[in-house]
Amino acid sequence: MRNAFADELKQLGDSDPRLVFLSGDIGNRLFDKFRAAHGDRFFNCGVAEQNMMGLAAGLALTGYRPIAYTITPFVTTRCLEQIRTDVCYHEAPVVIVGVGSGLSYAGLGPTHHSCEDIALLRALPGLAVVCPCDAFETRAAMRAALRADHPTYLRLGKKGEPKIHAEIPADFSIGRALTVREGGDVCLLATGTILPEALHAADALTGAGLSAQVVSFHSVKPLDTERLRHAFAQFRLVATIEEHSVVGGFGSAVAEWLVDNAVSPRAFLRFGTPDAFFKLAGEQEFARAQLGLTGEQIALRIKERLSAA
Amino acid sequence: MKPLSQTPGQPNVDALEKVAARLRGQVIEMSHLAKSAHLGSSLSCCDIIAAAYWRVLRIDPADPKAANRDRFILSKGHAATALYAALAFKGFFDPALLDTYARDGSALAEHPPANLLPGVEAATGSLGHGLPLGVGMALAARLSGADFRVFALLSDGENNEGSVWEAAMFAAAQKLTNLCVIVDYNKWQATARSDETLQLSPLRDKWESFGWDAHEIDGHDVSALAFRMESVPNGSGRPVALIAHTIKGKGVSFMEDDNNWHYRAPTADEVRLARAELGLA
Repeated sequence: MRNAFADELKQLGDSDPRLVFLSGDIGNRLFDKFRAAHGDRFFNCGVAEQNMMGLAAGLALTGYRPIAYTITPFVTTRCLEQIRTDVCYHEAPVVIVGVGSGLSYAGLGPTHHSCEDIALLRALPGLAVVCPCDAFETRAAMRAALRADHPTYLRLGKKGEPKIHAEIPADFSIGRALTVREGGDVCLLATGTILPEALHAADALTGAGLSAQVVSFHSVKPLDTERLRHAFAQFRLVATIEEHSVVGGFGSAVAEWLVDNAVSPRAFLRFGTPDAFFKLAGEQEFARAQLGLTGEQIALRIKERLSAA
Repeated sequence: MKPLSQTPGQPNVDALEKVAARLRGQVIEMSHLAKSAHLGSSLSCCDIIAAAYWRVLRIDPADPKAANRDRFILSKGHAATALYAALAFKGFFDPALLDTYARDGSALAEHPPANLLPGVEAATGSLGHGLPLGVGMALAARLSGADFRVFALLSDGENNEGSVWEAAMFAAAQKLTNLCVIVDYNKWQATARSDETLQLSPLRDKWESFGWDAHEIDGHDVSALAFRMESVPNGSGRPVALIAHTIKGKGVSFMEDDNNWHYRAPTADEVRLARAELGLA
């Protein structure tokens, strides 16, 4: 995903002279191609994220299209007020990119986890919150974000995530969810790089005689409400799956929508990280397993819920 | 693109001082009518704003979004009344709007709003934001080959914010010679002497050591202010910091250096007395 981001960045830089790339002292060698081609539009802003975000807004207010990039907690919660006041309040079309979102960098500890960013950023007026599930969606989301005239937050993983799509989805647009697997009984709405676990869950459910639709719900804001209406009308059970806290994230956004629209779900489950820091050593797969976020664990909870109903 | 230029010839000190007095009279009136805070902070920077808007800035009130305009960012957004008065007197909007300041539904809120009022370059009020925004604008000028300049007016208390120093180091590394910071150094912050809160002094040396061409000046000397500001970029190869020594509440004897006027609004009698001291009818 990271490599696709860097490659797409170079291509977008070729075609859009307004694009300026801001790095928070990260991505050693990753952006060499962009730097070689567009060295005048590459700035290492150092370990100073407040200034990076503020100057990104200043650039955007002066006709440029900055992309501000570093590890997710540092480009989101570290400089939250700059995102709120400089970027969103001014409606400055900055693209904020967090790499290593959720538990991607689980082994680096909670300082490098980001399980609160969606909650905080989706509360900001005018900011689109987009969590691509794979490298192809990352490219599509970057193109869409640069076309938009408002700020966008892109929540990326790390590298080596499985490819979900076969190519860049031609029908990608921010705020419109994409079906990645058809099914009839259960609907799994996944956002971001945890989507492969939803596919594993669908496999496991098949063994129990349940067919599961899997949806890449890449945009947490704006929500694809048409898709939600359809899902809750059509399926016996709907589940949201995210590598983010159950407090305030994607599942919360869907729950808010349910209440506000007086939709009574037949069965609705929210999968996410608990309201706690994950302090133990270990990589992403270990953390997911500890927190009940593997495909098998998701499928088990869904089966329990349906048999209890 | 219409060429913009600063006012030609030598600064007319007498005229600039009259402008500053008129700004002071206006902000006192606005504070009284709205019973709003921060009067001392606004009075502190009226000479800086007069020198900037009536002498230095290459701006056209009829074309407030001109791509090549100089940018002036009131980073100390709590001095909004001084900015509003200047923009109105310069013709960016109808001076009658000044009477609506802080009233229900007015665009003239107690801090400058985003995308509502012509001439307001940045919405400020939370300290430590104006300089990073200005750094981005100055960088944009360099990228696009434009020759506009960016001025950011900071309070001394604002120098408490780490983001100011992040921006200062970045601007120095990038040699943003078209960027100028003016620190309204009135030695007070909201509730205490600034130097006793977080030690600022030696403030000029701090900015100098952060890579800026830093100068101490009298922040009420319109001639010195105009000279330093209009010479940006000044050939030093560095961004310019003007440590402007000022007096909070400047211009009104019973407000000068009295920090109660950070929050107090004047009574009608005090307005009359103040206007008389300022030589206003």
